[in-house]
Amino acid sequence: MADERQLSELTADALGALEEQFPGVAQPAERIGLVIEPHQLVDVATFLRDELDFAYLSCVTALDYPEATDNFPARYEAAYNLYRSEGGPLVLHVHADRDDPVIPSLIEIWPSAGVQEREAWDLMGIRFDGHPDLRRILLWEGFEGHPLRKDWHEPYYEEDQKPFRSRFPDGEPVLDEEDTTFGRNLRYPHDWVEDGVLEIPEGWESEAESAVYKPLELVAAAVKEELGTEQVVLNIGPQHPSTHGVLRMVACLDGETVLGLEPVLGYLHRSHEKIGERNLWLGNMPFTDRLDYITSMYNNFGYAVAVEKLMDVDVPERAEYIRVIMGELTRLMNHLVSVGFLCNDLGIYFTAMLYALEEREFVIDLFEMASGSRMMCNYFRFGGVAHDLPDAFMPMARELVFERFPRRIDELETYLLDNEVFQGRTKRIGVLPPEAAVAYGCTGPLLRGSGVPYDVRRAEPYSVYDEFDWDVVVGNNGDVFDRVLVRFGEMRESLRILRQALDRLPEGPIQGGRVRPNTRVPEGEAYGRVEHPKGELGFYLVSDGGTNPFRYHIRTASFVNLGVLGELCRGNKIADVVAILGSIDITLGEVDR
Amino acid sequence: MYGLGIAKSLGVTMRHFIVTYLDDLKWLFKGGFGSRYTPEALPERQSPSARGIFTIQYPDEEPPLPERFRVFPFHVIDPETGKSRCTACGMCARVCPPQCIWIKRGEDPETGRPAKEPAEFYIDVSICMSCGLCAEACPFDAIKMDQDYEVAAYERFDSLLWDLDKLTEPQSYDVVLHPSDYATDDGSSQ
Amino acid sequence: MSSQESQLPKLPPELQDTVHLSVLDQVYNWSRKRSLWPMFFGLACCAIEMIASFDPRFDLARFGMEIMRASPRQADLMIVSGTVTKRMAPQLVRLYNQMAEPKYVIAMGACAISGGPFKEAYNVVSGVDKLVPVDVYVPGCPPRPEGLFNAVFALHKRMDQERIKDLRWYQKGECQGIPVPALGPDLVDYLLTDEDIATDYRPPRLHKTVVAEQEEA
Repeated sequence: MADERQLSELTADALGALEEQFPGVAQPAERIGLVIEPHQLVDVATFLRDELDFAYLSCVTALDYPEATDNFPARYEAAYNLYRSEGGPLVLHVHADRDDPVIPSLIEIWPSAGVQEREAWDLMGIRFDGHPDLRRILLWEGFEGHPLRKDWHEPYYEEDQKPFRSRFPDGEPVLDEEDTTFGRNLRYPHDWVEDGVLEIPEGWESEAESAVYKPLELVAAAVKEELGTEQVVLNIGPQHPSTHGVLRMVACLDGETVLGLEPVLGYLHRSHEKIGERNLWLGNMPFTDRLDYITSMYNNFGYAVAVEKLMDVDVPERAEYIRVIMGELTRLMNHLVSVGFLCNDLGIYFTAMLYALEEREFVIDLFEMASGSRMMCNYFRFGGVAHDLPDAFMPMARELVFERFPRRIDELETYLLDNEVFQGRTKRIGVLPPEAAVAYGCTGPLLRGSGVPYDVRRAEPYSVYDEFDWDVVVGNNGDVFDRVLVRFGEMRESLRILRQALDRLPEGPIQGGRVRPNTRVPEGEAYGRVEHPKGELGFYLVSDGGTNPFRYHIRTASFVNLGVLGELCRGNKIADVVAILGSIDITLGEVDR
Repeated sequence: MYGLGIAKSLGVTMRHFIVTYLDDLKWLFKGGFGSRYTPEALPERQSPSARGIFTIQYPDEEPPLPERFRVFPFHVIDPETGKSRCTACGMCARVCPPQCIWIKRGEDPETGRPAKEPAEFYIDVSICMSCGLCAEACPFDAIKMDQDYEVAAYERFDSLLWDLDKLTEPQSYDVVLHPSDYATDDGSSQ
Repeated sequence: MSSQESQLPKLPPELQDTVHLSVLDQVYNWSRKRSLWPMFFGLACCAIEMIASFDPRFDLARFGMEIMRASPRQADLMIVSGTVTKRMAPQLVRLYNQMAEPKYVIAMGACAISGGPFKEAYNVVSGVDKLVPVDVYVPGCPPRPEGLFNAVFALHKRMDQERIKDLRWYQKGECQGIPVPALGPDLVDYLLTDEDIATDYRPPRLHKTVVAEQEEA
């Protein structure tokens, strides 16, 4: 890409300063980045944040190497991707023992590590020393095992990698249900099963629920002593009329004021990462559609950008323009839907949501024309896009972008932004100060609404975004109203990019090089990130040169943005919680993966 | 003045409401009663310049589907041989991301060597994610994506594991679904 | 249906415009099927298509299903749209138990029928029919809104065939709820502790005749 060399120059300066301060500490890692010893990690991290301005920790990945690699023994590893306002990534690797993996926690330095370290503990079993609340986040307390480890097999385990040999050439459809003891995707400890019947031990009780309420009990206990008023612990969800999905929030309330709020995740944890390690590289593309299911084109985009960092394939210009067109249409659709769903949550029951969904129908009509499916597009390929645009696409796209959408956005703005009731419910609610936003790793309209002009399309340009004339939209106050304003502004900027792209779309091939389904991706490690409509979507990929990924980690915007929900809601009324959640704009497929 | 914003919002809603009636009147003057719900009128009612009620009256009206729309795969019968073009190469079974295709390669009854046709071919439609990679990967254009979305069933194990009989359709069916595949040649696809 | 209709007496011509004779079953079923209220049970991607089937283009409200009730007590139909995970399974069964009779379940999408593309995941229940009884299955990933309408019509057809004296909610005795699973080392499903259910549960193999012939040969 255009500025890679410039980025690496900036990082080289940082490396020089690091070497001066801590001589000999940083060793080159297996493929990219540096290896730091665990006992020096906190000092190095503090130096990086304070002296060298690496204020943004983007991604924490847990890796499992059951066998020794070229330079290092068998280990568990944690990889940290750090960025600053100009430059990055600086990738730090920390190794941990196979028998009892412990790594110091970086939550004091970068609070965005909070939820990500909990996920690494949950799925990989690496303990983070110093984390105040190291509980499982996607699975429940009491679950047996750490699923992402290479030696942990799921109950329906068939083979390590697809394609499975039982499908061809001697395929007999044996459904997974027929091969397990209970006919279900279940596996119990040995002493629980006798003769195919489940025997639950005497006095066993599920500890999943009590673990969820533990942090709030501390909050409640702290306040109880003062006045003796009743504190109520309230469960919101997982089934509730808000349209965001199966998110559960546990709130401790004093009357109507929120004392503490904890999001409880994992109700849609579908293990994209474990399945991703079994799939072929191309077979993961339809699975990325299902991450943030509203914006499937952009998830494909992120995955394609990440894998193309590992492969050596050029994307032709027409394909790049088509990618940008699809991407910006997705951004437009996502912001419309986000504002519509926020209005639904605020109580404008269905009217604004239906106006937004009507516009969404036009955008997914375009997607259906180009890719074949309304939602799960599976359109991008490594090196281009799957099909060329049909003839009917351009006239309809032009009419929408030049005529219909500007009118409708103006109408929605008139409908919402001057409305005193809407303003009263969204102004000065959920204010997020800019330093906290960066420290918590927030990205997207959540970050830009607080005044920080950070956009991955400008910070680490990918595709042809630097050939267009567009601006980054920034808000002033960091409240819910400003985030809505930022979304409207981004809708207009998307239309601006779309107008330029539709006018300048070049002719040419749509795929560079022939990529076969069972293609082998060269050995390497890469973190590819894009500016997803909700924030930063990054894929941390490790390839061992084979047809299937070795490690496939997805850093999603909604998951990391949710880490700040508890802080934002404290002190507000319970009715504002819904508005704040709507303005953060999450999709559970992305949060839980 | 407090309330002006609320009045503007109500104005937007009222305008939407009135415009639907004006649109109805426009159709009434253009073609008479019922002209709004003819198949010729459907593309105009669904175009970006449409102003009135945006509903497609399913099941009386079918939604307009583009050519690339994909639901589940099907085999095309080659008009020359009368059978599917599938040679049991296994590419689709290998590339399917959720692995919902089972192929049993046929055997030549005389020589006992593998024959170029499938003895059995199953697709578990309750797992299929409609990605279309099987149709893209097939080197013989034997498997294509169907557009039939009316597949509700009362039973899961009886009706949702489709074998080769259920999956095969004549080529005339494919020509209707994917006309641009047959646009240049006559019969043989690209 | 037609055999029931043929049992009705023939009306004299002067009354044919003003009087309509119908069997009680028909009236009962018609009034129920034309006001089937779904419950908000969107789990994942299929939920977006379910919400899209309420938007102005497809408009499920034309069939009386406009009100989406968040409270299970007021809902008739649970459209399970999306992947059912083990974490969500206790809540799903609890909500199903709380729904008042008559209640129906549509399993929408590949994930609700069988776990779908995520079948091999460690946190996914391979089909909602392992937890609650399902009336109609709609395959697709996700099924188009018209596919969901097709499923609703199939459910209507099934409801048309119900007869009042056979309905389960009018039988004597108490209604047994489904035991709510708990979260342990894996999902603890209390249905499996009963010896009969645990050992007898096997889904029927489709091609059992083919396999039997091969085994005989």
